[in-house]
Amino acid sequence: MALLEIENLHTYYGNIHALKGISLEVEKGEVVCLIGSNGAGKSTTLKTVSGLIRPRQGTIRFEGEEVIFLPAHEIARGGVVHVPEGRRCFAQLSVEENLELGAYSRNDKAAIREDLAHVYELFPRLKERRKQYSGTLSGGEQQMLAMGRGLMARPRVLLLDEPSMGLAPVLVDQIFEVIKTLHDEGTTILLVEQNAHMALQVADRGYVIQTGEIVLSDDAKALQHNEMIQRVYLGLA
Amino acid sequence: MTLTERLRRLDVTTVIMWIIGGLLLFFIVLGSIQSILKGTYTPAQWFDFFVFGISQGSIYALIALGYTMVYGILKMINFAHGEVFMMGALTTYFLADEMNRRGVFDDKGALGPTLLSTLFGLIVLFAVAIFISMTVAVLLERVAYRPLRGAPRLVPLITAIGASFFLQYTARGLYGSNNRSYPNVDLLKGTVTFGQFSIQVVQIVVAVTAIAMMIGLYLFVQRTKTGKAILAVAEDKQAAALMGIDVDRTIVITFALGGAMAGVAAILYAIMFRQAHFFMGFIPGIKAFTAAVLGGIGNIPGAMLGGLFLGIFESLGPTLFLDGLGINSPNQLKDVIAFTMLVLILIFRPTGIIGERLSEKKA
Ligand SMILES: Nc1ncnc2c1ncn2[C@@H]1O[C@H](COP(=O)(O)OP(=O)(O)OP(=O)(O)O)[C@@H](O)[C@H]1O
Ligand SMILES: [Mg+2]
Repeated sequence: MALLEIENLHTYYGNIHALKGISLEVEKGEVVCLIGSNGAGKSTTLKTVSGLIRPRQGTIRFEGEEVIFLPAHEIARGGVVHVPEGRRCFAQLSVEENLELGAYSRNDKAAIREDLAHVYELFPRLKERRKQYSGTLSGGEQQMLAMGRGLMARPRVLLLDEPSMGLAPVLVDQIFEVIKTLHDEGTTILLVEQNAHMALQVADRGYVIQTGEIVLSDDAKALQHNEMIQRVYLGLA
Repeated sequence: MTLTERLRRLDVTTVIMWIIGGLLLFFIVLGSIQSILKGTYTPAQWFDFFVFGISQGSIYALIALGYTMVYGILKMINFAHGEVFMMGALTTYFLADEMNRRGVFDDKGALGPTLLSTLFGLIVLFAVAIFISMTVAVLLERVAYRPLRGAPRLVPLITAIGASFFLQYTARGLYGSNNRSYPNVDLLKGTVTFGQFSIQVVQIVVAVTAIAMMIGLYLFVQRTKTGKAILAVAEDKQAAALMGIDVDRTIVITFALGGAMAGVAAILYAIMFRQAHFFMGFIPGIKAFTAAVLGGIGNIPGAMLGGLFLGIFESLGPTLFLDGLGINSPNQLKDVIAFTMLVLILIFRPTGIIGERLSEKKA
């Protein structure tokens, strides 16, 4: 039994049929990437899993239990932690307060302090800026904060939505370094990316989504050598 | 850019608005100078106006917190908030009256030394008023506003006005339309004098209690986990839910806190003005709303400053600005002054005194 099992998910925005029967699985300790172009339904998939949108049909099982009817905050408390597209840091709160809110549903003070130290280790930049309002951080720093805030929840599965979007190449490398580190530490990750090249390098397996449907799924290595992927998503001739 | 070019760019309404603003300012300054030179009022009397303004203003500020917190979290004006205040004051009246008859507030009481029994009595009144106002505020959210979450913004606004009438006439039905006079608390009757200046004890008690409550609320919101959850929900409900924050519960807590502040304000109002009736929430409600706008709605320290400022302005203003211009009994114009100020802020500085604390830079 996989840690996260998604079966035949149909999600709508009004009359727009955004997900047309998505099925995917994430095993414990795996990094799985979901790649696809703009508007394919990547964010919608994550939002459906984390409970921000209700699907009309389908099942989502986490550790074997159906979570589809739970409100978003309970799904988050269960350990399914979604780092949303566009960072969504709390601008009026400081960096450290944002991180503390990440641990909102936890009560183990000592462990929270350890995790805070760990996040500062992964992102030394955040430590320098800990007292600064997050609204005044640069885009890259906000991305680090969003990821750090997600980690503060001690996720059992981490849903990352385009962590490299809009970042300079150096920062993209840094973010993917962190994803690799998390992978080595045993964190389970479902990674949504347009940067297929980088995503397939860190992932164990990958799914390809097109207009709301999964069109391909395979090992990351195999996908890297797939002719269609090379042409459409990797920009190779 | 040359001066003439700049002048050409101004449109007519802006020019007219600035002329009106300038004229008002001119008359305010002129009036103030004349009033002071005329010397009708002694420094002690000016001081009285000022102190009265502070205590009145701190009551506005407490009520304003309810408007501003609800606005911060739901982006709606809870126009029924004045009635939350009224319910606390009017319901608690019956308890206060009963306690008074048993001598809790004077030295004939059965409860021993006056100080102790008065203190006990007041604390009970505060607790009961807080409970009632909180309950009304929370029910209001649950019954009137929650079902409309996500509706266009005009809808909950109209509902709020409806809820306001509903509560007024419920109070009238329950308690009648009499003007109830709150008991006179013996210990609050005196005045404290130093030199030529004197302050009524009740005014000190009102201002100190209100300011202590405000500081407490501010610290609660800034320092506690629940307080930070309120700030997070106010900023981004979805992101807050992703942190595991129960958004609905946080909204209820916000209403409850606003209600609690209104409950405290109700008793402070009752001991200062010693009256309560079903319509009493209307004017303080609108004044508190003015105070919230003045300070920058959605902003907690803003509501506190706005309330104090409005109280002082309203108390000193009529005499200071108008008496010198030869206008008779200017005190009757105090509401005019308050609401003129509301209109002026909305025109010249819609973000209020403090304005946005921070530009919401979203990369
Ligand atoms: N709030 C919404 N209301 C209506 N339609 C929406 C909404 N959000 C997304 N959609 C539509 O659903 C489809 C999938 O959107 P989604 O955000 O999941 O795409 P995506 O794969 O994340 O794209 P991107 O890479 O650009 O972020 C798109 O056609 C989009 O227009
Ligand atoms: Mg997206």
